[in-house]
Amino acid sequence: MRDDLRTIGALMRRGLNEILRVPAGAIPGVLAPTIFMLGLSAAFAEAARLPGFSADDFRTFIVPVGMLQGAGFTGAATGINLARDIEQGWFDRLMLAPAKRPVLLAGVVGSACLRCLLPASFLLIVAFGLGVSWPGVGALALAALLIMGLAAAAACYATVLALRFRTQQAAPLMQVGTFVAVLFTTAYVPRELLADWLRAIADVNPVTHVLEGVRQGFVGDVTWAATWPALLALAGLVAVFGALAVRGMRRQGF
Amino acid sequence: MRAASVALARRALRNSLRRPQFLAPLVLFPTLFLAVNVGGLEQTTSLEGFPRVDGFLDFQLAAAITQSLLLGGVSAGIAAALDIEGGFFDRLVACPTPRLAIVLGRVLAASVIAALQVVYFLVVGMIFGASIQGGVVGVLSVLAIGIVAGTGFGALGVMIALRARSASTVQGIFPLVFVILFVSSAFFPANLLSSPADVVAAYNPLSYIAEGMRQPIAFGNALRPLLEGLAAAAAVALAATGLAVLSLRGRLRQA
Repeated sequence: MRDDLRTIGALMRRGLNEILRVPAGAIPGVLAPTIFMLGLSAAFAEAARLPGFSADDFRTFIVPVGMLQGAGFTGAATGINLARDIEQGWFDRLMLAPAKRPVLLAGVVGSACLRCLLPASFLLIVAFGLGVSWPGVGALALAALLIMGLAAAAACYATVLALRFRTQQAAPLMQVGTFVAVLFTTAYVPRELLADWLRAIADVNPVTHVLEGVRQGFVGDVTWAATWPALLALAGLVAVFGALAVRGMRRQGF
Repeated sequence: MRAASVALARRALRNSLRRPQFLAPLVLFPTLFLAVNVGGLEQTTSLEGFPRVDGFLDFQLAAAITQSLLLGGVSAGIAAALDIEGGFFDRLVACPTPRLAIVLGRVLAASVIAALQVVYFLVVGMIFGASIQGGVVGVLSVLAIGIVAGTGFGALGVMIALRARSASTVQGIFPLVFVILFVSSAFFPANLLSSPADVVAAYNPLSYIAEGMRQPIAFGNALRPLLEGLAAAAAVALAATGLAVLSLRGRLRQA
């Protein structure tokens, strides 16, 4: 057990080291959610005037979307990095190590969980600086937990693709998957204001529950009724994609 | 020089078509973004001050085309940077190829891809219920502005590639595409943008390019927006091509 934890810790450190060693690769991922939040709130701020809009201003409403996007981008980046490791042969050497496959996956996914806090922190600093109201420590802690969970699910999803295609050219597939999952929700407006077709997708998209779980503290009070669906949705996503990723690792032929 | 430019353009197009994974994001991301914007914000057409349109899709189509063309510029830049990284550029320079053709070939290829992007979005828009109010003349107007703008964005990408010489650096400008686009009136009417985006939008050429294409799609043919759109696109194309040629000269001097 202690060896497993040390392996997970080493792989997480390796993932985090990339931020310092290849900052040019990390910066776009850190900036993108903030740019997206600023851009959307500049362009669509007037949407908050629609009858039935549940927040005082659009920027407050859209901040949680940026946090989830950051988690999604981080998860996709984890898959892209894994694909690079596969191309360069590092992953093959890793698979020769006497470590259990779920432990190796936990190390890769664990680094994504921590890395996703970087774009979220940058986004929140900018947002609070621009006047987004402070949601409280409890709501922020819950938001951090939920985006870490989403980053884990996105990293597992991207890992499945990286193991399947074994090339960085699968990057658009990883990015599009997380992009769709986060935006085809109640990202822009409350459920009641969505077009019928998008409402139907948002209703069956588990990420909608995660988004509402993160958003609740920004637009109102944190309630158990909005929290448990988010936790349940995340548990399901991590379980499904985690199982697929472990299966993919076991099929690597070592 | 014309033959060399066409030959290099054909090579660039062949390479793009051989790697559809690089072409797909040019239309995939803007299509998804278009879908989310229309599905999420269609009720904003009822806001006071929003121009009268048949649907939000009609209004957003020009934004999606502009976004796609910008991504086309990034893609042209990445392709040029990969040529530099892979050594093809050095071999080209060692040949008696006219220097200007190195830039013009890549820019010409970008203009062909831009035409395909515009056609794709017009077809997708019509399939999902958009109507081109300007008819055939309107379609030709959108194509004209789109091709000239796509040429300019392609030249900008090539210019950045010649300066950066690294595909990953060119890739890094991807978020900037969104910044420039969001501070224009591409996505929402200029009178409904929040400050300071509304001020920046008034000077942003992308506003005129997007509105020039939007006019025939959503409102019908009108000369002034068309000319403003064409002028903005032509200004971007001329300036970017000039800068790309200067960057090429600078790079050749260093070599």
